[in-house]
Amino acid sequence: MTTRQFGMPMPRNEDARLLSGRARFIDDIEPHGVLHAALLRSPYAHARILRIDAAPARARDGVAAVFTAADLGAFWQQAPMVVPPAPIPGLVFHQRTQVPLAKEVVRHVGEPVALVLASSRYLAEDAVADIVVEWEPLPVAAGLEQAVAPAAPRVHDDLDSNVSAWARQTKGDYPAAARAAAHIIRRRIAYDHGCAQPMETRGVLAQWDADAERLTVWDTTQAPIPLRNGLAGLLGLSERQVRVVAPFIGGGFGPKVMMFYPEELLVPWAAIRLRRPVKWIEDRAEHFFATTHERLQIHDAEMALSADGRILGIKDVFLHDNGAYDPYGLTVPIISQCTLLGPYRVPSYDSTFTAVFTNKPTVTPYRGAGRQHGVFVIERLLDIGAHQLGLDPAEIRRRNFLAPEDFPHNHGILYQDFAPLEYDSGNYAPMLQRALELIDYERFRREEQPALRAAGRCVGIAVVCYVEGTGIGPYEGAKVQVQSSGKVSVLTGIGTQGQGHATAFAQIVGDQLGVSAGEIEVITGDTDQFYWGAGTFASRGAVVAGNAVHQAAHAVRQKVLTVAAAHFECAEQDLLIENGRVAVAGVPGHSVSLGELAVLANPVRGAVAAGTEPGLEASSYFGPEIGATASGAHAMIVEVDPDTMMLKVRRYVVAHDCGPLINPLIVEGQIHGGVAQGIGNAFYEHLAFDDEGQLLNASFADYLLPTALEVPRMEITHTETPSPLNPLGLKGVGEAGAIPVGALFAQAIEDALELPRRGVELLEIPLSPCRVWELSRAASPTPPPTGPAR
Amino acid sequence: MNARHLVRVTVNGVQHQREVEDRLLLSDFLRHELGLTGTHVGCEHGVCGACTVLVDGLPVRACLMLAVEAEGCAIATVEGLAGANDSLNPLQQAFREAHALQCGFCTPGILMTLTAFLRECPSPDEAQIRHALSGHLCRCTGYQHIVDAVQRVASGGGATDKGQR
Repeated sequence: MTTRQFGMPMPRNEDARLLSGRARFIDDIEPHGVLHAALLRSPYAHARILRIDAAPARARDGVAAVFTAADLGAFWQQAPMVVPPAPIPGLVFHQRTQVPLAKEVVRHVGEPVALVLASSRYLAEDAVADIVVEWEPLPVAAGLEQAVAPAAPRVHDDLDSNVSAWARQTKGDYPAAARAAAHIIRRRIAYDHGCAQPMETRGVLAQWDADAERLTVWDTTQAPIPLRNGLAGLLGLSERQVRVVAPFIGGGFGPKVMMFYPEELLVPWAAIRLRRPVKWIEDRAEHFFATTHERLQIHDAEMALSADGRILGIKDVFLHDNGAYDPYGLTVPIISQCTLLGPYRVPSYDSTFTAVFTNKPTVTPYRGAGRQHGVFVIERLLDIGAHQLGLDPAEIRRRNFLAPEDFPHNHGILYQDFAPLEYDSGNYAPMLQRALELIDYERFRREEQPALRAAGRCVGIAVVCYVEGTGIGPYEGAKVQVQSSGKVSVLTGIGTQGQGHATAFAQIVGDQLGVSAGEIEVITGDTDQFYWGAGTFASRGAVVAGNAVHQAAHAVRQKVLTVAAAHFECAEQDLLIENGRVAVAGVPGHSVSLGELAVLANPVRGAVAAGTEPGLEASSYFGPEIGATASGAHAMIVEVDPDTMMLKVRRYVVAHDCGPLINPLIVEGQIHGGVAQGIGNAFYEHLAFDDEGQLLNASFADYLLPTALEVPRMEITHTETPSPLNPLGLKGVGEAGAIPVGALFAQAIEDALELPRRGVELLEIPLSPCRVWELSRAASPTPPPTGPAR
Repeated sequence: MNARHLVRVTVNGVQHQREVEDRLLLSDFLRHELGLTGTHVGCEHGVCGACTVLVDGLPVRACLMLAVEAEGCAIATVEGLAGANDSLNPLQQAFREAHALQCGFCTPGILMTLTAFLRECPSPDEAQIRHALSGHLCRCTGYQHIVDAVQRVASGGGATDKGQR
């Protein structure tokens, strides 16, 4: 193999099994004698449990056991934190994490109260309906602003308010910036993100081998190794006794990295207790309550601008809906706080957030993980500033970009990984220019839009920019191994949920070992295969695990050369590695396969030289001190039907910079999927809770995921600014597409309906036809004939 | 205990006979009684399309049909699409070449719908393809590469007849 595979749009290694129905997802695994679990869940958002009578359920034929909190003994405890709060000076944080089964009080609809195990899921659900619970409904803190009011019902009655966390981060002197400003743009901005809804719901399957004293857990987790470590501790087992396998997983998007969900604790516990395999597969109705969400933030934000449209400073005070528990610490709001700064020079910043407990499902990161909220705030403030100053939206962004010579750029506040928020690299102006050229921005504004408007059509154009902190630590590892057959294996601890790791990592290794990526076996997400790691989140798989794979492959390459040089009694520089063989340059017939070298490196007699290791194998770890900052610009042309407020996306353009692309097909797929989720968030998906904390639209009939009719064709262009923080120069791309879409929709719809000139601003997400119609009713009926550029 | 009924079906050309409860969904019958786990269950309320199979040649959401309703029917599932030695059929191959799947969970249902669709409409335009796909939810791909795959196979002569028996 002499052609470089890194950078090629190779078809994926994992596809054949997925396309023919042979890929094994968790519910496809059915051990003999398995018991099926179903859970009784709270119908109330806040209630006291007065009495549970499980006897009728226990008496039903086919029911093996019913457990309530009282049966769990010492195993009943608050789950550990997933991420402790970042060490911000002055921080307030109240840790209240979820429990396996509610004991006295339930704090959101869907919180589990009893576990039923039966010979089939049908029977288990029958038995759940047999359980009698006497409830005392309690006052509900549902709305974000309502919950933080002094007289609000308390979600945790041992706290004196519903404040989960309070944190302030500042840089520079905002009051001075405000005094120097020519314009202060001050707005209340509300951004509500929805839920991930991977097409495969969650599931857990556990099997206890009493003879071997080993527990195997299959789990739809994005983080099998931390799950293994935590489970071992909670169950009183050694880590070596627990194997966690993340099999093929049908999408993750963040909520599957959350741990420990109650079911992740209960299913292994029950399997050990009953000495039978136990399986729980979440159904879609449960998923709306039992899997974590993202939700609302309300920002009171102001931007100090100079007369020529330069940002002098930003002040922001925001509320964050945390839901009933806070196992994820500050992660989502701190990402919002940091990502708000965007690709811009912001000399002063004063940002304070209050995370609020509410009687709703817990909020944890979902693709974007709070980035959307921050990006929406700064992009909207820039749009309003541009309108006020008579600037084009593209121009105000251009005037505020950090320049290439500004990197590394330290913002002087802490990021989610507890490291300083420092951008490693970027080159934003050419990226924006690419997006504008691809969508033909100037010509549309100059020629097409006026002509269409003259014909009575409501068409708008928009462009927004963002950065994404990706590829954070702590570390990932990988082992690369040449087997005696010559087969090359790559083992890594991260889980995979559709990102194409089995292909991208093979491309990295294939280049080092002269093997076709299609012939390399990549195994992820099995703690018996690779012991160390953190997980797949924060757009870090390619960056962190990818570089570990690269280093391990490089080390194996060196071993191959050493063994081959000894074999041929030649110098290493005379050797060529290609097509799975090592040859002596210029000496025909002098070649040996990788498999033969692997056998030579693992002799049955004689001695391995001192200081060397047997076999052609190496493990390596990569841990970046800070994350790599990716960036993008999205542009869109939209047409709105002024009668129905339905919209049609006529063009959608993405210019993205994630450094070098390992596999352009996979990168574009990630962006397409991200944009589609962003479109859902911007205009279709809304978690509609009532004042009692009931989710009113918990089905796919009512919670509207975008289909092939709502998601337009996207045109993607790449700029490549390699990260100096890792040998491959990579930056993450997993979340990118989803991040700026709300801001883009708001700007585009405003432009299509000429709302700014008519005195209306779109300061909230999600929008919808109904909501745009309601908001635009306040507009003055006819735009003035002339006005600023917009 | 619910009444049990005899169900006789042909799946991918193979005859099966089982006694099942009347409430058993066809999706659960295929997956848990016959072990054909390639058909996936995404929502169990007939919206996502992941469980789509062909019943007597027409796409059906297996979560909205009872197993007993399939008595005497010929069913095609994703396991029947590939040719001898697991070689991918042209539609499957186009999916792979166009990167039309990521997690792959929704893919079997989409393949079954498209198998029927391409038989009816062998040379669709993009709007027709998107309309055909609109009964399926995919959370990973944004649909674009799926559209590309269908265009690729449509211009290359259409899907094979495998799995449509």
